Amino acid sequence: MLDKTYYDKADEVIAVYGRKPASLIPIMQDIQAEYRYLPGELLNYVADEIGVTRSRAYSVATFYENFSFEAKGKYVIKVCDGTACHVRKSQPVKDAIVKELGLADGKCTTDDMMFTVETVSCLGACGLAPTMMVNEDVHPKMTPDKAVKLIRELRGDKA
Amino acid sequence: MSITSKDDLLKKQIEAQEEINSYTCRILVCSGTGCVASGSQKIYDEMCRLCEGIDGVEVSMQKDVPHIGTIKTGCQGLCELGPLVRIEPQHLQYVHVQVEDCKEIVEKTVLKGEPIDRLFYKHDEEVCRQPEDIPFLNQQTRIVLEHCGNIDAESIDEYIAVGGFQAVLKAFFEMTPEEVIEEITKSGIRGRGGAGFPMGKKWSQVARIESDVKYVVCNGDEGDPGAFMDGSVMEGDPYKLMEGMIIAAYAVGAHDGYIYVRAEYPLSVARLKKAIAQAEEYGLLGDNILGSGIDFHLHINRGAGAFVCGEGSALTASIEGKRGMPRVKPPRTVEKGLWEKPTVLNNVETYANVARIILDGADWYRSIGTEGSTGTKTFSLTGAIENTGLIEVPMGTTLRHIIYDIGGGIKKGAAFKAVQIGGPSGGCLVEKHLDEPLDFDSVKKFNAIIGSGGLVVMDENTCMVDVAKFFMGFTQRESCGKCGPCRIGTKRMLELLQKITEGRGELKDLDKLEETAKFIQSRSLCGLGKSAPLPVISTLQNFRDEYEEHIVEGKCRAHVCEAMKIYEIDPDRCKGCTKCARNCPVGAITGEKKEPHKIDQTKCIKCGTCMENCTFEAISVK
Repeated sequence: MLDKTYYDKADEVIAVYGRKPASLIPIMQDIQAEYRYLPGELLNYVADEIGVTRSRAYSVATFYENFSFEAKGKYVIKVCDGTACHVRKSQPVKDAIVKELGLADGKCTTDDMMFTVETVSCLGACGLAPTMMVNEDVHPKMTPDKAVKLIRELRGDKA
Repeated sequence: MSITSKDDLLKKQIEAQEEINSYTCRILVCSGTGCVASGSQKIYDEMCRLCEGIDGVEVSMQKDVPHIGTIKTGCQGLCELGPLVRIEPQHLQYVHVQVEDCKEIVEKTVLKGEPIDRLFYKHDEEVCRQPEDIPFLNQQTRIVLEHCGNIDAESIDEYIAVGGFQAVLKAFFEMTPEEVIEEITKSGIRGRGGAGFPMGKKWSQVARIESDVKYVVCNGDEGDPGAFMDGSVMEGDPYKLMEGMIIAAYAVGAHDGYIYVRAEYPLSVARLKKAIAQAEEYGLLGDNILGSGIDFHLHINRGAGAFVCGEGSALTASIEGKRGMPRVKPPRTVEKGLWEKPTVLNNVETYANVARIILDGADWYRSIGTEGSTGTKTFSLTGAIENTGLIEVPMGTTLRHIIYDIGGGIKKGAAFKAVQIGGPSGGCLVEKHLDEPLDFDSVKKFNAIIGSGGLVVMDENTCMVDVAKFFMGFTQRESCGKCGPCRIGTKRMLELLQKITEGRGELKDLDKLEETAKFIQSRSLCGLGKSAPLPVISTLQNFRDEYEEHIVEGKCRAHVCEAMKIYEIDPDRCKGCTKCARNCPVGAITGEKKEPHKIDQTKCIKCGTCMENCTFEAISVK
């Protein structure tokens, strides 16, 4: 059972977009933005409130890549592997990050919940490829060394 | 303040122009995604801080109080050289500006009008002081991007000052909806989203249908990897897009509009939100716009990370709060679009053309571009090219002109290999296509599409089989799964490509690839599935020898495919430190201490650890 504050937040978000089925996606987006993931229990609640079946809410949540039922790290690193970044060698950047964070096969979030690493298809900053995004900030012209340095800097502010 | 009539708007325009003219100096900081990534926000903050201070100091010393404006503009185009700062009215273009440079810029250029030579772009040793001196910028024709980089992207006043909303005025008060559609039809403009459907035809179809409720929808779900034109327009001139949508709504009789913006474009969402709020405050959106009795409300929907939502029926489903899956057509979007109502759906760039067509007329528009493809096209120029960035050129411009004259040629003087055009739905153009005109119809003949306008330049260091695999991986991942040909077919094609790049390919796999490609093309439900095999078809057509090389010789000439790499130790450079032997996970490296080491190719798993860790750069890959 989630804390009551979660439900209060959900009510607040629902009030913004209105109690209608069409509000499902923006509501889920705001909830995910708040908690960095979409708590399943809260999704059920939202579905009931706005009048869509729970199964429909789940089908929508699982369709879009942006929604995650698992909690993400404090820093979500999106390494761009769009065409321009791919051609300008983005894979070594991703490899270096995964190695630095010690993420074994398939895992994308570190145990201390500091970092989540994802690959995205294009950040729209192709002129400065290869790029990556840490939360909302785009970092241009990455190299494996620069990426590792950035992660070490981010780790530093943990204290 | 509210603008409720034609006169109000004209008065506002004069006011806004006077405001701009009152500045003795304007500092334009590029705030496109690219330059923000390079640190332009810091530059902007620093400039604001410095100017505030200097204003205060200078007040008593100078007769004319310097009135300095620092503004954030949209993409100025030259992303590679960011952060970009332009100083007006001296019209000086600084590139690669760092926070440390701000003080000098303010002290010398802003206050004394002195240029700072080291901050100018240099082309072949020649200093380019003004934007027009830079080859990248002076060979373009800017209609869609005319204000991008020249006005404050967050100020509706500046847009009004440069003639914003005049097209709305003209349409509302001097033209009937039919005349608006007629003008758009006559202009010959075709949709910039990919398919190139005539815009006027679409509008007239929606206008003709009797319905109380109609919608105007903008596709800002620019999903093609390697394309950022629409994002740049939304960031740099959101008002122009808005104006196009208001006119579309007037023409077809719609009262609500939606802009669907890609999840990865937070800056676009922020700028659009701001623009809509300002327009609502002025009464340029909402009920009874400019006292004309016309109502139009504009809403924003953020995408949630699904490439397929760039397809019309998937996009409208997503706005309705459903899974973004395409449906069987007909009925088409013009008949039954959003909430089953007649809907005009165009992309960002297409709407951004509307205002100028209304103001300057169809004949003027037709004078640009080619007979079948009128007007201009924006392209994002990226990849292995000297100058990456955002460009706009007349339709029919040759690839050679774009790559060599505007883009400055291939990076580091490497050899040109191909250009991927149209993203994962497009194909590649090669050497022999360099002098062909780029327009909707001619590009189609080469098994490629103009698409939304992503141009990714590839040089000899790019493996075309890897590129085909990359795109197939993309479409396979992004396939919505509704229809079998796309869902299963793309997976099978990807598997074949993986097999080839991993050195397990057989020649008959190429036939299988072609066979599957044809099947997917002819039987998929939506345009995305139908075009998914294009990258494979066009690379097979142009680079079949490279595929065969992978299969027969086990060789990747671009040294990209991991399985075909051969790591070698240069005995002259190797000092015998044993580091590589200790690091090798499979014990493939042997050798005595202080003696050159050797790699056993039969054991090597091509992980590259040895090369990464070699202190003496003695290990190379072939």
